[in-house]
Amino acid sequence: MPNPTRIEINCETGVESIIELTDAEVAELAYQAELAAEKKAEEDAKAEADATAKAALLEKLGITADEAKLLLA
Amino acid sequence: MANTFELIASSTVGSGGASSIDFTSIPSTYTDLAIYLSARQSRSELVSNTRIEFNGSSANLSCRYLQGTGSAAVSSSSASYLFAASPANTATANTFGNSFIYIPNYAGSTYKSVSWDAVTETNATGAEAYLVAGLWSNTAAITSVKLLSLSSDNFMQYSTAYLYGVKNA
Repeated sequence: MPNPTRIEINCETGVESIIELTDAEVAELAYQAELAAEKKAEEDAKAEADATAKAALLEKLGITADEAKLLLA
Repeated sequence: MANTFELIASSTVGSGGASSIDFTSIPSTYTDLAIYLSARQSRSELVSNTRIEFNGSSANLSCRYLQGTGSAAVSSSSASYLFAASPANTATANTFGNSFIYIPNYAGSTYKSVSWDAVTETNATGAEAYLVAGLWSNTAAITSVKLLSLSSDNFMQYSTAYLYGVKNA
């Protein structure tokens, strides 16, 4: 099975090339995808944890998010 | 002062798909860049993410985004990537998502801000909308732009990308 290709368009010449990825580029792409999945999962988890902590704090203080904004304004 | 959009280059993905669409040797003669992307990815999901890189570098990219899923709204960020959603291969057949990416002062010597709005398409629940504020923390002029999948999937046949230069007339 051939490797995936990429499209390269040279904006100066207008020439479009379809270039087959090398094995090293395929491996790099797979590595980058794995890395991206890990980082995105970490960032999503952090965002969720932050939102949960914020909600818990508001509940502890007994105020709403709008009231908290008012205090900080 | 009127702004003018001038088509610099465009591409349509062929039958084999493509892992990325790369615009290279972008002239520095415009004020801003604008990209219209109509894309569908090969991943076996409803939605996948498309990311952008500049000058062959995947470093120093970040974004903050609002994501609407149809049932929830999410505000989140990434310290590593600049991306938005595209439909993937379990979305309704032959549907494509639309993106508009705007890069002001791309040839300047300050960090490059990017705005990106995107919608996916499917005749079911699970379509998404993204509003993205991005940053490339690099002072180099942008001379190349790469659009690719965040998950190393392919853009499917008939995905298209149009690169425009914007000039103050």
